[in-house]
Amino acid sequence: MTAERIRAVIVDDEELARQMLREFLSTHPEIEIAAECANGFEAVKAVTELEPNLVFLDIQMPKLNGFEVLELIGTDRAIVFVTAYDEFAIRAFDVHAVDYLLKPFNAERFETALLRAKQRLGGTFPAPVELASSARPPAEFLERIVVRDGTRVHIIPIARLDYAEAQDDYVALCSEGRKHLKQQTISSLEAALDPGRFLRIHRSYIVNLERVTKIEPYSKDNYVVVLNNGTQLPVSRSGYARLRAMLEQRS
Amino acid sequence: MHPLFARPRNLGLYLLAWVPVVLMLIHSMHGPEGLTRLEALALTVPLCLVYAFVCLAAWYPCRATPLETSGFLKLLLTHLTAAAVLGAYWSYQAKEIAIALPHLWPRFAGMDQRLAKYYALLWITGVLLYVMSVTFHYVLLAEQNAREAQARALEARVLARDAELKALRAQVNPHFLFNCLHSISALTATHAGKAREMCILLADFLRATLRLGGKETITLAEELALIRGYLAIEKVRLGARLRMEEDVKNDTTGLQLPPLLLQPLIENAIRHGIANLPEGGVIRLSAERNHDAVTISVENSFDPESPSALKTGLGLENIRQRLNKRYGRDAQISLVTEGDCFLVKLQLPLRSAEAEI
Repeated sequence: MTAERIRAVIVDDEELARQMLREFLSTHPEIEIAAECANGFEAVKAVTELEPNLVFLDIQMPKLNGFEVLELIGTDRAIVFVTAYDEFAIRAFDVHAVDYLLKPFNAERFETALLRAKQRLGGTFPAPVELASSARPPAEFLERIVVRDGTRVHIIPIARLDYAEAQDDYVALCSEGRKHLKQQTISSLEAALDPGRFLRIHRSYIVNLERVTKIEPYSKDNYVVVLNNGTQLPVSRSGYARLRAMLEQRS
Repeated sequence: MHPLFARPRNLGLYLLAWVPVVLMLIHSMHGPEGLTRLEALALTVPLCLVYAFVCLAAWYPCRATPLETSGFLKLLLTHLTAAAVLGAYWSYQAKEIAIALPHLWPRFAGMDQRLAKYYALLWITGVLLYVMSVTFHYVLLAEQNAREAQARALEARVLARDAELKALRAQVNPHFLFNCLHSISALTATHAGKAREMCILLADFLRATLRLGGKETITLAEELALIRGYLAIEKVRLGARLRMEEDVKNDTTGLQLPPLLLQPLIENAIRHGIANLPEGGVIRLSAERNHDAVTISVENSFDPESPSALKTGLGLENIRQRLNKRYGRDAQISLVTEGDCFLVKLQLPLRSAEAEI
């Protein structure tokens, strides 16, 4: 990573806020503004295509919020959050953001953030992806999952997720007949899902309980669950015990 | 039920208070011409035990004739009659026991004849004990009333404080302020004139909020002016993304309504609707009159996939409570979601101002 030349992307849905960052950056010839984005989709596209090493990221935006953008683009670049909401500061810290600029801020405060970003660019980066998903407030479960497919972004509302299957370093998320691959471990996905709605039935499978129509014996000691679209998923022995307990509790 | 029965400890203490009565009666009725100590004991223990509970019955007439509202004569008559009757009944009971006891234990033979001269004593004691019990119950009632009044006062204070806090919080969303200040800050370097303009817009809005927020009711025209000021500020921030359509009929602007009832609706429409749309959208505000009610509707486009679209509940609940408190069943609020359109409809009675004190 070259320390002299920095490529920055500005993400904010308000023109005036972008203008302000442009103005503050104009005194720094070593920083090139590669793109300006007005929403989460644009941000993911721009970062994937342009690979900047510095991103100024708003949190409350149309389509994807700042944390969802971060989950999709990874943290192997310097991220500076820029927002009027102070309640996300701890989460920002958890995802190893370089700084957290609270609107409104002055030029000095901005310079401090830039200095920190430059220091980070000279150093090392923490491992991506898992960090972003671990930064959710513990009491809240995922409402939707965002998946990147090249420069495109898919949003899967939790209610439309049928099941998830582990595939090496990825999970395949099956929703409405389509499979979306996401780089995440199945355990971290399991932790982020509401345990009242999703159940780990097997080392490699998490199922949406609403989709389960029946449990059938497969062989001696082995079972499969049948989903309402006909899909059959294997159930491990401990998964079967959990499933039975869950279904009894529900009825 | 009698309050003493609610706690066994209190009942125990009450019964303990009867021990001196038993001792006194034994002492009075014991003598060479009277009863032996054993006889007096066997007689007074059951007698007092029964009467202890009879006296508790004073609770009911005491509650029925409160000291504050009942006439003195009525009080005197009620309780003295009861005392005289119960006292007489008590001494009659003593006689019954004195006749019954020798059947159980021949040693007590002739006890009823020797008791005869104490009937008057027993009657007077019975009357006095009942009168004491009435006094005791009035004290108990007074104490209970005081405690209830205290609890009610505390509850009312908590409710008032709660309402105050809610009203304050409903007034201005701090994030609106921060974003607004940030816009001003951005404008200062490049468009100084616009920055000054926005400062003034913000000042006008804050002043109007403070002035109107303290009133019981304001007119729809005043609320609309406040909303226009608010929208002018948001327009600077959101630019072309925020579009507004207004269709307010002239015969509705005199409607009296609680202040800042509609502004939070507009704020929600922006925060959970327009702000989540990359291309922005339209907010439609309309008011029309039908007979003696005014229907106000706020309609906005939103992104059905945005999780924030569902989080409007709290602000609306606040509005619902305020409406309910003020108008009861005369006001209605309804929410409709159709595709990417969100509609809030308020129906307010036109003549509410006269119903108020």
